Amino acid sequence: MRLLALALRRFLWMPPTLLGLTLIVFSVSHVIPSDPARVLAGENASIEQVETLRRKFGLDQPLPVQFVRYVSDVVGGNMGISLYTQRPVATDLIERLPATFELALFAIALAIMLGLPLGVVSALMRNSWLDQIVRLVTIGGLAMAAFWLAILLQLLFSMQWNLTPVQGRIDGWGPDPITGFYTVDALIRGDLDTFLTALRYLFLPMMTLAIPAMATIVRFTRAGVLNVMNSPFVFYQAAMGLPRRVVIWKYILRAALIGTLTQIGLVFGNLLAGAVVVETVFSWPGLGTYAYNSILQSDYNAIMGFTLFTGSVFIGMNLLVDIAQAVLDPRGR
Amino acid sequence: MKTLLRLFRDRALLAGFVLISLLVLAAIFATPLSNFPDHVSGFDPAHRLKPPGATFWLGTDRMGADLYSRLLFGARLTILISISATGVAVLIGVPMGLIAGYFDRWYSDLLMRISDVFLAVPQIVLAIAIAQTLGPAIQNVILALSATYWPFWARIVYAETRSLRNEVFIEAAIAMGASPLRVMVLHVLPSIASSIIVRTTIGMGATILAAASLGFLGLGAPPPTPEWGRMIAESREFLPQAWWYATAPGIAILLVVMGFNLLGDGLRDALDPRIRRGG
Amino acid sequence: MVDLLSVTDLTVGFATENGTARVLDHVSFAMRPGEIMGLVGESGCGKTTLARAILGVLPNNAAIASGSISFAQTDLLGRDTAAIRGRDITFIPQDPFGSFSPLFSVGDQIGELMRWKSPDRAPGDTGYTRTRRRADAARIQAALAAVQLPDIERLLRKYPHELSGGQRQRVMVAMALLPEPKLVIADEPTTALDVTIQAQILKLLRQLATERGASVLFTTHDLGTAWEICDRVTVMYAGQEAETAPVADFFARPRHPYTAALLDSLPTQGAALLGIPGDVPSPFAPPPGCRFHPRCPRATDLCRASHNETAEPAPGHFVRCHHPNEWPIQDGGPAS
Repeated sequence: MRLLALALRRFLWMPPTLLGLTLIVFSVSHVIPSDPARVLAGENASIEQVETLRRKFGLDQPLPVQFVRYVSDVVGGNMGISLYTQRPVATDLIERLPATFELALFAIALAIMLGLPLGVVSALMRNSWLDQIVRLVTIGGLAMAAFWLAILLQLLFSMQWNLTPVQGRIDGWGPDPITGFYTVDALIRGDLDTFLTALRYLFLPMMTLAIPAMATIVRFTRAGVLNVMNSPFVFYQAAMGLPRRVVIWKYILRAALIGTLTQIGLVFGNLLAGAVVVETVFSWPGLGTYAYNSILQSDYNAIMGFTLFTGSVFIGMNLLVDIAQAVLDPRGR
Repeated sequence: MKTLLRLFRDRALLAGFVLISLLVLAAIFATPLSNFPDHVSGFDPAHRLKPPGATFWLGTDRMGADLYSRLLFGARLTILISISATGVAVLIGVPMGLIAGYFDRWYSDLLMRISDVFLAVPQIVLAIAIAQTLGPAIQNVILALSATYWPFWARIVYAETRSLRNEVFIEAAIAMGASPLRVMVLHVLPSIASSIIVRTTIGMGATILAAASLGFLGLGAPPPTPEWGRMIAESREFLPQAWWYATAPGIAILLVVMGFNLLGDGLRDALDPRIRRGG
Repeated sequence: MVDLLSVTDLTVGFATENGTARVLDHVSFAMRPGEIMGLVGESGCGKTTLARAILGVLPNNAAIASGSISFAQTDLLGRDTAAIRGRDITFIPQDPFGSFSPLFSVGDQIGELMRWKSPDRAPGDTGYTRTRRRADAARIQAALAAVQLPDIERLLRKYPHELSGGQRQRVMVAMALLPEPKLVIADEPTTALDVTIQAQILKLLRQLATERGASVLFTTHDLGTAWEICDRVTVMYAGQEAETAPVADFFARPRHPYTAALLDSLPTQGAALLGIPGDVPSPFAPPPGCRFHPRCPRATDLCRASHNETAEPAPGHFVRCHHPNEWPIQDGGPAS
């Protein structure tokens, strides 16, 4: 029950946490002197035009009033109008969501598929040459700036070897949306060419996000396995002569995975953060580029919308991890 | 000395120490070490985008400046940003964690909830927003990073202080009539110092990466400051021909962040009594 | 009678940062079928290492420098004992709390053991047929009933953390006997438990092992425990066996000064070992000659200079001492 109670507690804390987050971002974008109406109107606008806009968006009201109005709007599902795209922020976010999720899901899947086995093997073959290489790559993967890795991959794969496009998400228009994931949609429609094209576009940004994520997963899996290998139950099972493969792949792995799982939740949240930089480098039309452009345009409704959205996903991921842990670990039930 | 030698038996720790020493030496002796000290803000059209060679060890940039010299001066900036940003974050986070952990009043929970709010969104997102609002300048990068990274220290100090509160030596100090401030500074802080040191070492690496990202996005120090992240951003329009332009500052960032991570891991293994007890 | 287990001249060293620690130094002793043998000594005397060496699960940094271990006429050293472990030689751990995986139910973990170690399993069999499963299920029921655990069906579905320490150790005893072993090695099996529960579990272990004809090698630092359940006792000091004798003889007629001092330091039966002046010698630099001489009231130049071998002054009574007590007591008498 302990973990489930914790999850419930976390769930109940979600609204106040998001409210606090809104307050922070609201303060950053309103209290600190920069005039959204001025930005919105453009450099050549007259004073009257600026004032009209100010009234239109309620920017002439006192800040607490603006804040309360914003919060009640958000609760009603209205995140305001993007000052830049002139469309509802919620619509913008939903439209760009699939691109980012496709990227992030592919990246995390790759990171888990490579990271978990590498972490386990590295721990089992502790101090072997394989372990040393894995550790070195892990240390490097964690220390690499994402944007630099992106450029390095572009330099090699796109510019040097001509294997992948430098940036973008697809040639021309994507397949007619069903899920919004180009790869999945192309497959559903049986369009293999589009699928392969989408995959080629996806490859570099996916690698850029996956490599540091993989490094984190390898690191925690390796440490987790080594830690569990020293526990008394593993000694007992060895002393009772249970087959080593059963001990490792059933008992040690399951125990180590619970620790890794927590990390995977965090890693996924960080993928969304990394997307801001990585999507910018690859001109990937997702939430990251949207956030970056809004920040450059001082489009504060869009900035707050993105931040709130990311915050919700982040907290939601942690909630999921708690529940998954409770399911996997009987002590938490 | 003997302790130091024993510490360096850990190869990771040694490697981290060497890398960070190199960074510090590069920053201190940037002028004598560099081939073209005046190239930091110079403009030399005759030598634009020269590949690495005998004169320009790491090649030149779009202004014809020597990349090796610029990297050396960039080391100063890197150290300045990471030390000030983590320093401020420690100064905010540690007292908050101490107070919230030591006392058990209404504000304990409130303080930790505030830090949860900051942790609810990826640090870099918040830092980008703050840095953009404040405008591109070094002090704004420092402010943005310390404003977003302090909760990490608050969290760890809070957790450690909580677990220490029932220890006999803390209770004894309280029973002897020591004031809360005295207990916190003289008894709690020394016991959790190693965790703070480890966390800070690794945090230095994280802030360097974040600062470089801000620089890359154009939110860092304005040109011609030799900021490593910005240098990589500048290089993009000259790829793939000027490959060295992006490579050199990227490797510099990689090595420095790696250095701090290795140092932090090594220190944790050496300082953390829980691990020592287990091994 | 033919020995079930015989350990001869066993020397085990641990490679550490500060050099090699010789934790076992030419240890010899033997066990007969069906007997319950106590391995007594202070912590650090090497009894746990000896138990681990017999099981063949020494830590990675340990190396066997000399000696042999033979079990049922086969040499155990230098071969993979995984097939023997858990089948002919089983194990009861010191820590019933950590020795279960927290993530699997008790039933799952007993089932796993029986899948690989059931008496019905043919060597090399990796499958688990329904017939075998059914036979094992009945065995498990019987074994858990034998260790006096109630409501077995529910117990099997529970997770280890839902059991009390005593219940867990009862399950451990049941698991040690389920494969119908010839030898059970119990490494301080009750140290982690309440005193009242300790006695119950020890009596149960003795009774069940005797009924099934299994020998038990039982390590403890508690002489009272040894007195209660053992047939014979070996006392260890600083990596060597000091004295081995039948339990009555051991308590009534100790020959080694260390044994005598141990018995002296017992205020009442059941108390822990206390009160011998001096420290246990370092395994890195043991004293020359007799290991015990720095603490021995009877030490002479002979003890300081020359290594002592085990002798058998009375049938079945072994002692490693230059000046053992003579029984009946002659000149001077024992230390007590």
